[in-house]
Amino acid sequence: MNVWRGLLRRPLAMAGLVVALAFVVIAVFAPVIAPYAPEEQFFDGLTLEGSPLPPNERFLFGTDLLGRDLLSRMIYGARTSLIVGLLANGIALLIGTSVGITAGFLRGLPGAILMRSTDLVMAFPALILAITIAALKGPSLWLVVLVIALVNWGPIARVVFSETTSLAEREFIAAERAIGADTSRILFKHILPHLLPIIIVWGTLGISTTVLFEALLSYLGVGVQPPEPSWGNIVYDGQSYFQSAPWLVFFPGFAVALLALAVNLVGDALRDLLDPTLRGRH
Amino acid sequence: MKRLLASVSLAAMLVAAPAFAADIKQGGEMTVTFKDDLITLDPAIGYDWKNWSVIKSVFDGLMDYKPGTTELVPDLAESFEVSADGLTYTFKLRPGIKFHNGRAMTAADVKYSLERTCNPATQSPGAGYYGALKGFDEFQAGSATELAGVVAVDDSTVKIELSRPDSTLLHLLALNFSFVVPKEVVEAEGPDFGHKPVGTGAYKVTEWTSGQSITLERNTDYFKAGLPKLDKINFQIGQEPVVNLLRLQKGEIDIPGDGIPPAKFVEVMNDPTWKDLTIVTEQLHTGYVTMNVNVKPFDNVAVRQAVNMALNKERIVQIINNRAVPANQPLPPAMPGYDTSFKGYAYDVEGAKAKLKEAGLEGGFETDLYVANTDPQPRIAQAIQQDLAAIGIKANLKNLDQGNVIAAGGQKEGAPMIWSGGMAWIADFPDPSNFYTVILGCGGAVEGGWNWAWYCNPELDKRAEEANAMTDPAKSAERAAAWGKIFTDLMADAPWAPVFNEKAYVIHSARIQGPQGVFADPIHIPVNYDEVYATDAQ
Amino acid sequence: MPAYLARRLVQSALILLGVSIITFLLLHFLPADPARMVAGRTASAAQVEQVRQQLGLDQPIWTQYGRYLWKLVQGDLGRSYLQRTQVTELIAARLPATALLMLGAILCELLIGVTLGAFAAARRGTAADQAVMVGALVFVSTPQFVIALTLLYVFAYWLGWFPIGGFGDFKHLVLPAVTLGLLGGGWYARVTRSSVIEVLRQDFVRTARAKGLDRWRIVLVHVLPNAALPVIAMIGIDIGYFMSGIVVVESVFGWPGIGQLTWQAIQQIDIPIIMGVTLVSACAIVLGNLIADLVAPFIDPRIKLR
Repeated sequence: MNVWRGLLRRPLAMAGLVVALAFVVIAVFAPVIAPYAPEEQFFDGLTLEGSPLPPNERFLFGTDLLGRDLLSRMIYGARTSLIVGLLANGIALLIGTSVGITAGFLRGLPGAILMRSTDLVMAFPALILAITIAALKGPSLWLVVLVIALVNWGPIARVVFSETTSLAEREFIAAERAIGADTSRILFKHILPHLLPIIIVWGTLGISTTVLFEALLSYLGVGVQPPEPSWGNIVYDGQSYFQSAPWLVFFPGFAVALLALAVNLVGDALRDLLDPTLRGRH
Repeated sequence: MKRLLASVSLAAMLVAAPAFAADIKQGGEMTVTFKDDLITLDPAIGYDWKNWSVIKSVFDGLMDYKPGTTELVPDLAESFEVSADGLTYTFKLRPGIKFHNGRAMTAADVKYSLERTCNPATQSPGAGYYGALKGFDEFQAGSATELAGVVAVDDSTVKIELSRPDSTLLHLLALNFSFVVPKEVVEAEGPDFGHKPVGTGAYKVTEWTSGQSITLERNTDYFKAGLPKLDKINFQIGQEPVVNLLRLQKGEIDIPGDGIPPAKFVEVMNDPTWKDLTIVTEQLHTGYVTMNVNVKPFDNVAVRQAVNMALNKERIVQIINNRAVPANQPLPPAMPGYDTSFKGYAYDVEGAKAKLKEAGLEGGFETDLYVANTDPQPRIAQAIQQDLAAIGIKANLKNLDQGNVIAAGGQKEGAPMIWSGGMAWIADFPDPSNFYTVILGCGGAVEGGWNWAWYCNPELDKRAEEANAMTDPAKSAERAAAWGKIFTDLMADAPWAPVFNEKAYVIHSARIQGPQGVFADPIHIPVNYDEVYATDAQ
Repeated sequence: MPAYLARRLVQSALILLGVSIITFLLLHFLPADPARMVAGRTASAAQVEQVRQQLGLDQPIWTQYGRYLWKLVQGDLGRSYLQRTQVTELIAARLPATALLMLGAILCELLIGVTLGAFAAARRGTAADQAVMVGALVFVSTPQFVIALTLLYVFAYWLGWFPIGGFGDFKHLVLPAVTLGLLGGGWYARVTRSSVIEVLRQDFVRTARAKGLDRWRIVLVHVLPNAALPVIAMIGIDIGYFMSGIVVVESVFGWPGIGQLTWQAIQQIDIPIIMGVTLVSACAIVLGNLIADLVAPFIDPRIKLR
């Protein structure tokens, strides 16, 4: 409850929370909010030469390369992108952090096993896996979540590991150990809070990169398949048109950055509120 | 025989005293770019539109096409004779032709080269074309050590014998797969021959840096006087088409080999300077949707007809910036045998719904549409998907890389529908038979075959065989008409929905010019490298 | 240390073996048939079968893998199915370019990222700090293609300061390296910032401050070295990314790196190339991580290798 009150006192964090929740609401109520069906190709949605239309009264965000309403596609696309950016990235964060902390704190044989499996996962040909599964099983969003979680936890584990190895040797941890403090207490009370900043970095920048990575997977036949939209595949399809039709990249790119920013603001505030060394100083 | 001979003598005159070549000086260089590497310049192996034309400039075959046309002319051969039964061809080789390494080319090299292509150990993707050569099957199976149908009578005479009449033989001898290679170099280089090729052609390859650049230099001993025009061609590999267009506009390169990228197309075509330097060519290409006749409900002809009527081809063409014309039959308009009077299935949503009703599928159905994942193919497939949805067919897209789409098409009940774009048939040679045997005939409707509709009509196969046996050049018009009828009759069964015939757009710098048709050559994409010249060398 | 190194090298070899088995199996289960891709459209079923035998694809999967492994330990990665060239040759032709770009890009990332990160940390909570954070987010959210093409358009096409792509001297390296620096710099900036803030809170820094030492001096001499660990780990991670993840930057700038080779091979199911490139980049990733671990004790003497 303290945390909640703390958040309320921070206007920036509240703004972030509101934006993030707004995205969730938009995703959930997409059919009600979107002005058009996301896959409807309007005959007058393209010029006679086949170019997309810039933002106008009828299509507020303009149209895409098939003459579809970009705004409607982005509203529906929020569904996939939120699942990918928040869920898949969240899973990766959870696995990566757990593996990294455990390996860094325990070291020895269990640590070595954990970190070598991390090496294996990082060297793993994830794209080949994606292509094979896509060809055999067909596309699914859960496959995307799986692949992204698989690809992303390795680097997180590496960074968390390197922070933990250094933390674990610090005096205050040694002192805790000396007085016989229980391992989970040390992990959660002392090590995890110090790792929070780095976890937040991955939790926010990771949102952007995974949302865009989903587009690559969808191109390879793993992710959502056309005509179903996602912010990633809207950017991907439109990126080479960014000079002649900048709206195709600007709007979805902006949405991705905004989501990441919102989560970042909330994350920063949470970090401050949970941080033992900072607590009570604000 | 007459018609062909007439064109032969005309071409011979052109070679002896080239009308345009006389006043154009040799010299200068040009730069051509491609995004992807050329893979190989081995004529027995290279089989994509990028290396196809380059191979033609490094190697030669017995036959060739007159520049800018689809008209056959002898090339390494000086003349040829055909026996009355159409089973024996005798070629007299042009004297004094040398490989790039200086050795004189002989009839034995022609025989070696054809045997090399037909030898399974070479793994040539073109071997299947030469099945009519006498002794082909025995040679392929390994029970004969040589190809009996190709005989080096003496150093300058090659005799080719067929086991069955094949009116396409002269085309097959103008195909890259038949081009002449020097045995000693091929054996010395082994599999590396593709990157260190030696031929008789207008240019020799002097440098190949994998993934970066390839340099071609003029073969000063080339047997056609005054050709090629340029001293040097630099191929630069690995950059995005969008960037290559910028480099063209900056004057750094002469021809972006990948053409005008879709993102820039409208802009370039609205710019008067560049519009004039853009040449549009009809290609021997058709984009189509296959419907697998083994898969319900496409086993019902009414359903296949309904799909044909449901497609709004004008709109699909608009999506690719009008870079194509709507198609109504498998053959492209530039192909002999194309029936201009044939109307095909008009766009008719109500009619399509009626057809579905006739098939008892008023409520529509759900199916899969396979598509290769390179732009603009998925976009085109989405337009098709919307058209199908309008008559109640829910087609789920299977957006995969090319290899896996081809694999699904080759399975008996693998892919209900495939949009052929990106893998579609660009004819290897300008003859209607090239559009039938493999992709619509019974022979292709096998596991691992390329007849993705699995359509097999024995009666049409028989007619195709008869048409192919019309080897008398005097009957070539009749033969083309017979072929044309095969394709239009086939449309009654509607195993395909032909969608459009793509046009090629070649853009070039003002420095580089060429005789009429050189940038719109139906055989050479993007350009006939032998014929273009540099204005700054004049 | 030598014992640790030996142990790690053995473990690395095992990881590479694992990667090779997994990749081989995955490619084996792909429906696309390489024999058909090689044999072409005109080939009859018998011809395809012959090609399959010649490529050894008719053998049981373990025989195929055994053969591959036997050649691999002799340094032979086989020949490309389509190009017919030695895979080692194809990879060797591209590794120098990839290594050079990697070097340039990491330098740019460190320059941009560490500077901004340390700056933001020192000014924590100010508008400058917020600007750096938002800037990092914006660059990370922008597609590679857009940044690369914009830089190329402005600095090469329009201003003419640099060549429009290509591979050669230093001038060619600048734009692709800066592109990657901007893309990855955001990560480095954020990691550096959080790590520096973390160190700034520690007792020895407080002591230094109490002693009245200059703020910048504290950051440069005392804080940055102590905050370097996660940044080193990031570099280790980046090495793997540069082996395969930057194909777009490579193709915009015409940089003949390994990413383009990989991408083309994946499109054509050219199994020997895919295997070769996967193994080479796996090597780079494993080595990158190993080096990061080996360097750590030098940065932070409290860490012991075990």
